Amino acid sequence: MEALDLARWQFGITTVYHFLFVPLTIGGAFFVAGFQTAWVRTGNPRYLQLTKFFGKLFLINFAMGVVTGIVQEFQFGMNWSVYSRFVGDVFGAPLAMEGLLAFFLESTFLGLWIFGWDRLPKKLHLATIWAAAFGTMISAYFILAANAWMQHPVGYVIDPETGRAVLTSIGTVLFQNTAVIAFFHTIFAAFLTAGAAVAAIAGFKLMKGKQVEVFRPAVKASSVVILLAAVGVAVTGDMDAKIMVEQQPMKMAAAEALYETSSDAPFSILSVGDLSGSEATHLIEVPGLLSWMATGSFGAEVQGINNLQEEYVATYGPGNYVPYVPVTYWSFRLMIGLGMLAAAFALWSLWVFRRQRLPQPESRLAKIYAAAATVLVLLPLAANSFGWIFTEMGRQPWIVFGLQQTADAVSPLVSATEVWITMLGFTLVYLILAIIEVKLLLVYIRRGAPEDIVADPYADAVAAEKSDADKELYFAY
Amino acid sequence: MTIDTLVLIWFGLIAILWVGYFILDGFDQGVGVLLPFLGRDELRRRVMINTIGPVWDGNEVWLLVAGGATFAAFPLWYATMFSGYYLALFLILLALILRGVAFEYRGKRDDATWRKRWDAAIFIGSVIPATLFGVAFGNVVGGSPISPIETTLPGEANSLNYTGTFFDLLNPFSLTLGLMTLLVFTTHGAIFLALKTKGEMREAARTAAFRVGIPAALVAVVALLWAQLHSGRVMITLPMVLLAAVAFLGALAATWRGRDGWAFILTSGTIALAVASLFVGLWPNVMVSSIDPAYNLTVYNASSQEYTLTVMTWVAVIMTPIVLIYQGWTYWVFRKRISTSMIPPEPQAGRGDDRFAGAAKG
Repeated sequence: MEALDLARWQFGITTVYHFLFVPLTIGGAFFVAGFQTAWVRTGNPRYLQLTKFFGKLFLINFAMGVVTGIVQEFQFGMNWSVYSRFVGDVFGAPLAMEGLLAFFLESTFLGLWIFGWDRLPKKLHLATIWAAAFGTMISAYFILAANAWMQHPVGYVIDPETGRAVLTSIGTVLFQNTAVIAFFHTIFAAFLTAGAAVAAIAGFKLMKGKQVEVFRPAVKASSVVILLAAVGVAVTGDMDAKIMVEQQPMKMAAAEALYETSSDAPFSILSVGDLSGSEATHLIEVPGLLSWMATGSFGAEVQGINNLQEEYVATYGPGNYVPYVPVTYWSFRLMIGLGMLAAAFALWSLWVFRRQRLPQPESRLAKIYAAAATVLVLLPLAANSFGWIFTEMGRQPWIVFGLQQTADAVSPLVSATEVWITMLGFTLVYLILAIIEVKLLLVYIRRGAPEDIVADPYADAVAAEKSDADKELYFAY
Repeated sequence: MTIDTLVLIWFGLIAILWVGYFILDGFDQGVGVLLPFLGRDELRRRVMINTIGPVWDGNEVWLLVAGGATFAAFPLWYATMFSGYYLALFLILLALILRGVAFEYRGKRDDATWRKRWDAAIFIGSVIPATLFGVAFGNVVGGSPISPIETTLPGEANSLNYTGTFFDLLNPFSLTLGLMTLLVFTTHGAIFLALKTKGEMREAARTAAFRVGIPAALVAVVALLWAQLHSGRVMITLPMVLLAAVAFLGALAATWRGRDGWAFILTSGTIALAVASLFVGLWPNVMVSSIDPAYNLTVYNASSQEYTLTVMTWVAVIMTPIVLIYQGWTYWVFRKRISTSMIPPEPQAGRGDDRFAGAAKG
C-alpha cells in the first residue's frame, strides 16, 4: 500500500476508535451530573451510589477518550501536511478554540470532581461535574464545526497568490447550518449511546435481582433519555439529509446507490450485488421514500450518481467523483437501523419494568432481557461508527468538498514505511487498551454500586480537620 | 492591528503556551521519571502519583492548545514540523497515551503485577516526552534539513518540507537539549514533590532534587550556552540564560534551606527563562533550515492571515485569563501536602468507595 492508503486507514482506525469513547463521555458526563444533582437535591443515598457507580465507569472511559484525542489533533499535521497548509487559516481556528474553551474546562474540572469530594462543599463539587459535562459539549461543537467546513466549505476565499484557503467570516464557519445540525445530531446520538449503556447495565442488574432499589431509577431515567434522544437523532438526521442533498448530492445518491436521476425515488432496505456497478439491484424498496427523505416530498426528483458524475466532470475536470458505493450504502442503513433498535429496547425496558414490576431473576424473560442488554450497549456504538464512516466516505474523493481531494492532501515526504509504523503502532496499542478497558468495565459492573457511602465527605473532612491534620484522603489514586 | 503586530502576538502566545506546558507538565513528567527511584514501596508510589493526580490532565492540555494554536496561527509551521518530526511525535504520542491511561487505571485493580506494569508505563511515558521535547526544540532552533520540494499540487508551490530522517533529529546539539529537559524536569518534579508532601517522602524528594539538580545544572549550562551559537540576538538571550542558571542554583539553595515554595517558583522561573530565551533567539524564524537560510520558516511566511489572527487574538485575550483563574484555583483547592499516612488503604479509592466493594457484591 502507498502512504496515502495507509494514512487513510490510520485516520479511519484512530478516528472510529476515538469516537467509541466520545459519545459515551459526553452523554455519560450528563448522566453522572444528573444523578449527583438528584442526590444533592433529595439527599437520597441511592443517587449517590448511582453517581459513584456510573462515575467510575465514566472515568475509565474518559481516560481513553482523552488519550486517543491527542492523536487526532496531531495527525492532521503528521499525515496530512498538504491539507494542513491548505486549510490551516480556516480549520485551525475552531481547533485552537476547542482547546482554549473546552479542553481546559473538561480536564481541570474533572480533576476537581474526581479528587474534590472532601475538598469542596457539596454544591460546588456538583458544579464541577456540570462544568466538565458542558466542556465535553463545547468540544463537540468546535470539532463538528471544523468537520462541517470539510463537508461544506463556507466563509473563506482562495488566496490567488498562495492558492490556499483564507478565512473571511468566522461566524459563518461556526454557525452554518451544516455545523449546527451536525452538532445536535451528534449530541442526541451521544445521549442515545450513553443512555443505552446506562439502561443496559442497570437493566442487567435488575434482572439479576441485584441492588434493585438502586438501579430501578437508573433504568427508567435512561430509557426515557434514549427515547427522547432517538426522536432528536431522527429529526436532526432528517434535517441533515435534506441539507446534504443541497450541499453534497453525490453523498445522498451514494447512500441509496441511486445511479439514475429519478423522481419518486425509492428507498431500499435490502439489496444484492456489489452495488458498485452503474446500476443496483434492490430487493425490498419503499417507493418515494428517498425522495421524501431528500426533499420532504414523495414525488420530488433526486439526482443520481451518473448524472452527478457528469456534472462534476464538467465543473471540476476529468476524474472519478463517485464515492465507494457499497460502503456508503450499507453504512447509511446500519447507522439508522442500529440506532432504531436501541430505541426499541428502551420501549421494551419501560414496559418490562412498568409500575415497579420486576421479573423473577432466573425467569426466561430475565435471561432474554439480560442477553439483549449486553447487545444493546454495542448497537449505538456501532451506529455512531457507521455514521462517521458514511459521512466521511461519502465525501470522497474530496477531503474538503469541491476544494481539495484526499489524494492531494497527504504529507509528501512521509514514507509508506513510516505510516506503516504509526498505523500498526496505534492499532496495536489501541487493541491492547481496548481489551484492558473492557475487562476493567466488566469488573466494576460486576461489583455493583458501593454500599457504604459517606453522606457528605466535605462536612466529614471539615469536622476532622480540627482534630487531625493528617486525615486520610477521601479519594486517592 | 497590522499583520506584523499580530504575528508577534502569536509568536509570543505560542512561546507562553510552551513555557506553561513545560512548567506544568514538566513536573508531572519529573514525578513520573522519579517514580521507580523514590517510590520504593506501594504507599510512596501512591503518594507520588496523587501529588499530580488532580492536575496532570489539565497540565497536558497546554500542549494540546500549543499544538492547536500553532495550527491556527502558523499552519505552515504546524504542517512542516508535525510531518517532519513524524516518528519522534509518534513516540511522544504513544508515551502520552500510556501515561494518561496509567494514572487512571493503575489503582483500578488490586494486583501487584498490574500496578507494576502501569508504573513502568508512567515512567516510560514520562521519560520519552521529557527527552524528546528537548530534542525537538534543538532541531527547531539549531536547524534541520528543510527545503522546498517539487510539486504541482495547488497551494503547495514553494511549501517548505523537512527532508531529513528520524535519525537526523538525533544530532549532538538536540540530544544535549534533550538531556537538559529530562534532567531539569526531573529536578523540577523532585522540588514539586518536596513541596506537596511531608515526612519521609519530602526528605527523599529533597535529596533527589540535589542529586539530579547538580548534573542538571551542568548539562543545562552547556546546552544553553551552545544554543547561543544559534541565537539571533545573543545580547538578550545570553543574560536570560545566565539568569536562568542563577534561578536554578537559587532553587537548589532554597531546597537546602527547606523553602520548597521558593524552590518551586525558582525552577519554574528557570524553565520560563530558558524556553523564552530559545524563542527570543529564534525570532522571526519558527523553524530554521540547515540547508539555506532562505528556506527558514518564519512568522511571515508561515502564518495565517490578518483576519484569522485577529479573531484568535480576541479568543485568546478573553479565554486565557479565565483559564488561568480556574486552573490556579485547582492548585489552591489541592494545596495541602500529603503523606503516606494519608493514603487510604485500598488502592482503588477512598472510604465509602471501593474499599467496601466486597460487601456490596450480590
